[in-house]
Amino acid sequence: MQLDNLYQEVILDHYKNPQNKKLATSYDAQVHHINPSCGDEITLNVTLDGEMILAISWDGVGCSISQASVSILTDLLIGKSLSQAQVISDSFMHLMQSKGTQTGDEDVLEDAVALAGVSQYPARIKCALLGWMAFKDASVQAMAKNS
Amino acid sequence: MALNPYEIAKDFPILSRTIRDGKKLIYLDSGATSQKPNVVIDAESNFYRFHNAAAHRGAHQLAEEATDALEGARAIVATFLNAEIEEIVFTKSATESLNLLSYAMGNAESGNRFHLTAGDSIVVSEMEHHANLIPWQQLAARTGATLKWFEVTPEGRLDLSSIDSVIDSSTKVVAITHQSNVLGTINPLEEIVKRAHNVGAVVVLDACQSVPHMKVDVKSLGADFITFSGHKTVGPTGIGILWGRAVLLSELPPFLTGGSMIENVTMTSATWAPAPRKFEAGVPNMAQAVGLGAALTYLSNIGMESIHAHEVSLAKLLLDELAHIDDVKVVGPLDMELRGGTVSFTVGEIHPHDLGQYLDSQGIAVRTGHHCAWPLTRKLGVPATTRASLYLYNTQDDIQALVTGIRDAQKYFA
Repeated sequence: MQLDNLYQEVILDHYKNPQNKKLATSYDAQVHHINPSCGDEITLNVTLDGEMILAISWDGVGCSISQASVSILTDLLIGKSLSQAQVISDSFMHLMQSKGTQTGDEDVLEDAVALAGVSQYPARIKCALLGWMAFKDASVQAMAKNS
Repeated sequence: MALNPYEIAKDFPILSRTIRDGKKLIYLDSGATSQKPNVVIDAESNFYRFHNAAAHRGAHQLAEEATDALEGARAIVATFLNAEIEEIVFTKSATESLNLLSYAMGNAESGNRFHLTAGDSIVVSEMEHHANLIPWQQLAARTGATLKWFEVTPEGRLDLSSIDSVIDSSTKVVAITHQSNVLGTINPLEEIVKRAHNVGAVVVLDACQSVPHMKVDVKSLGADFITFSGHKTVGPTGIGILWGRAVLLSELPPFLTGGSMIENVTMTSATWAPAPRKFEAGVPNMAQAVGLGAALTYLSNIGMESIHAHEVSLAKLLLDELAHIDDVKVVGPLDMELRGGTVSFTVGEIHPHDLGQYLDSQGIAVRTGHHCAWPLTRKLGVPATTRASLYLYNTQDDIQALVTGIRDAQKYFA
């Protein structure tokens, strides 16, 4: 079934066992993002050490795609530099806009390639991007605060 | 007489198409927009094909035909609502109708009955669609008036126990939905209208979810303004209706100004044409008005009582079936007392977006999310729900398909 392209096992695993889904009490920046079309919400904290992403923690409500996507993001980006995160984010964005024509670079995106199927469902792309947009916003704010 | 939805469905060409790898389309999203019968599609396109010209302008035959078509549609709407013809205002949507009212009231000067100041209040309810909340919320913000509201009970009914304090001598406007687009609740208007009129307030009814589904007679309802949209009543998009009592439309200032809404114009001043023209600046959406006329004629021929009875019987069947599925929780009244054919629910831990996606893979179209009534879903503690909204072309098979789809989704996401 085509739907299986969307709901890969990896996604459902992250949905049921979300990573880093507990807001840290200290952080450099905290953001709250909403998907106004469906009501999904996320609060995301970022802590940096210079260029290094020390911690990302989050809490939120939403569909399996939005929740799994942010869970995968935290696994991917914690411990990376901001410039590495930028490369990964760009690659993920590119994949989401591919309308199902690409499978994603597993070396760069790791578990996030499981979200490739989302690109065939235009209404769900915003779900997958919710956490990524929140991270982008939070990292910019964290850098501004630390500079 | 009971209608035959299988015969009716044949009038709607889109219902015979397939989606998602050849699945039969099960359309359960008429609360968002209804599908269109051939007579509506033909009426709209035939206006362009044979009669197109700017109504109320021009000295030629086409202009006469376009005017007749537009005014003929107005007469059909008036008959449908048991209203007077000059009380029917064409807008582009129900949202525009409600904004027309709120902005026009905001334009009212001191001495006009609609003039609002800091001492006045506007009353809405927690179950309003954003379209009947935000215009009033913003009007209150612009004028300094206080926004008050009826709360919603856990059962999904309006809490009228505090009606005398919610609607008081400061109240100028009570804007309320006739039928909730999320809960399916039909609100009892008699008490609200009586209290509002006792304190000199006008009652604005958002009838988007009632006019398409039941007999609405403006003379017996008691409301002062009624709004609904064409596209939810098997008509085209781009056409909405505002009905208002003639005496009130006469006192209400205009909202949009421009061509054809005037009586006399100089470089520095203008006076207004009588209603409804005062509220119809610019060339109207004529083809869409004509399409709406065809839609209401189509519904009248079937009979609004039959349509309502059909939807009530399907909704009852759906509620009965949902009660037998583990983890399904209906958000809204569980019985058919003052209730229409809109059923919102949650299914355990399956997020509505995921459920909707699964149902879509089976050809079943439902709405998911907060349904443009975010304060309501927040109040009820469910950030999102799945909504099935029924109409005259839905069948018992559609209900069974939905029930099977929900059960299969539970297995898929287990």
